[in-house]
Amino acid sequence: MADAVLTSHPAAGVEPFGPRPRRVFSRRNIFLYGTLIMVSLYYLLPLYVMIVTSLKGMPEIRFGNVFAPPLEITFEPWVKAWSTACTGLNCEGLSRGFWNSVRITIPSVIVSIAIASINGYALANWRFKGANIFFTILIVGAFIPYQVMIYPIVIILREMGIYGTLTGLVLVHTIFGMPINTLLFRNYFASVPEELFKAARVDGAGFWGIYFRIMLPMSLPIFVVAMIIQVTGIWNDFLFGVVYTKPETYPMTVQLNNIVNSVQGVKEYNVNMAATLLTGLVPLIVYFISGKLFVRGIAAGAVKG
Amino acid sequence: MATETSKRPNTLFRNLNAKIASLPMIFTALVVFVGGTVWTVVYSFTNSRLLPRLQFVGLDQYERLWSTPRWLASIENLMIYGVLSLIFSLTIGFVLAALLDQKIRFESVFRTIILYPFALSFIVTGLVWQWLLNPDFGVQHFVRGLGWETFTFNPLYDQSIVIYGILIAALWQGTGLVMCLMLAGLRGIDEDIWKAARVDGIPMWKTYIFIVIPMMRPVFVTTLVIIASGIVRVYDLVVAQTSGGPGHASEVPAKYVYDYMFSAQNLGQGFAASTMMLLTVLIVVVPWAYLEFGGRNKRG
Repeated sequence: MADAVLTSHPAAGVEPFGPRPRRVFSRRNIFLYGTLIMVSLYYLLPLYVMIVTSLKGMPEIRFGNVFAPPLEITFEPWVKAWSTACTGLNCEGLSRGFWNSVRITIPSVIVSIAIASINGYALANWRFKGANIFFTILIVGAFIPYQVMIYPIVIILREMGIYGTLTGLVLVHTIFGMPINTLLFRNYFASVPEELFKAARVDGAGFWGIYFRIMLPMSLPIFVVAMIIQVTGIWNDFLFGVVYTKPETYPMTVQLNNIVNSVQGVKEYNVNMAATLLTGLVPLIVYFISGKLFVRGIAAGAVKG
Repeated sequence: MATETSKRPNTLFRNLNAKIASLPMIFTALVVFVGGTVWTVVYSFTNSRLLPRLQFVGLDQYERLWSTPRWLASIENLMIYGVLSLIFSLTIGFVLAALLDQKIRFESVFRTIILYPFALSFIVTGLVWQWLLNPDFGVQHFVRGLGWETFTFNPLYDQSIVIYGILIAALWQGTGLVMCLMLAGLRGIDEDIWKAARVDGIPMWKTYIFIVIPMMRPVFVTTLVIIASGIVRVYDLVVAQTSGGPGHASEVPAKYVYDYMFSAQNLGQGFAASTMMLLTVLIVVVPWAYLEFGGRNKRG
């Protein structure tokens, strides 16, 4: 209790000294929690509206208001969004986009993390002459607008014969995930005690030996953080999906946008919201499960940068 | 750690494994980032249309760019959106972080709620807000239903304020990130500073403004750079929320580039526009990168 008083910041002026019992309903608390609860409600509102709308029938949407809970819960919009919603002539629903996104995300996450972790390891422990120049270019490159590099990459992929394929998109995600993840791994590996590395060297372990037998087992948390960054980032990507894939392999975000913003047909807002929720579900699940690690990924990637 | 290598004479084959392992990084840095950028800049001086051609026309593309109303509208939108979203996201993010830093209960619950939109894609964000701001069903309809019949709030269908509709969605999505960065910064402030300020009888808001914020300068700068580079890139959000409409009222540079490269088949214009985007970012990033990475050697 004494500690709590010391560290609380009195709202104004000089207060009488000595521990004072804190009332639960002090003005400070009412203001503080009141504001935070209002803010939280504001942030939760869109999610609530999405859920509510997706569970209503169209007549109810036309005559009710957006914030009202559904009178009759129906899961039909969800079924429709998943399996029969149309993009142009194609009426397979979002399921196709979902599986495309899965097929894009899994290999992209694995490849990009594998490469970024080895880069980070080389930069932290085996720095060769000039390595830092490449690293600086990489970090500065992370700020170059993608639009500048889109077209040259189209050419590179076309020359390699993988333009429009899944492999091509995986490569693109690996390239653009590299700066942040390399930074993440470099900083993490640099904080591993040097003695460990030296002892392994004395025992005759080489570059790969130390990586696989010492660094890798020690750095599981950072791999999880990198995975969170990559899974949400790649799942949420829209631009690369549009540019580097064909309509049959469009990721979920692109297909969702095509379904909702298609001009023909009657707008079915409940189906649209169900589809939107379905697309947001994967990153949301990752976010709510990972909790603190997600925050750590953000903080590590940004503040230390 | 790696300093020992620099003491000995360097040859190409020293540390060979590390070099081989770094090939993807070297490829990305040199070929994609540097090579791709230079390529685009060079081709922005050509009259490429459907396919890139090396037929130089000087600054023609740029002259045409700066006399296209759509581009001018994009730039204006980007300025309004950029300035406002910098101001609002920094202010709101900092205030929220300060509130969360008051040793409150359920801190992680509040933080989780405020940050969750950041996990969602811009497409999802844009579509939700498109629905909420729908004049016939969304907020406007709701308020009118409460009895205020003349209430008007339909940013997405009003050319003059559509960019603010996008701003609302962007702030909802992005302030959580700023809050997190600021909170990390606040946690890095020594507890003794607070005690000293309290002993001297300085009110809390003064302590924040005159002591804590100046101490958090690096955090602010980093956050600023991150937000700024995100602002220049804004694309998906606009595509999902308004598709650049009504008319060209919510066009942004990134969308201009995409449309000219892949729909209008006027590559030269797209390259020129993207070079202008690059220029904007460089003005923000280069001084920062120099301070952060160039001036001194980190760790090692």
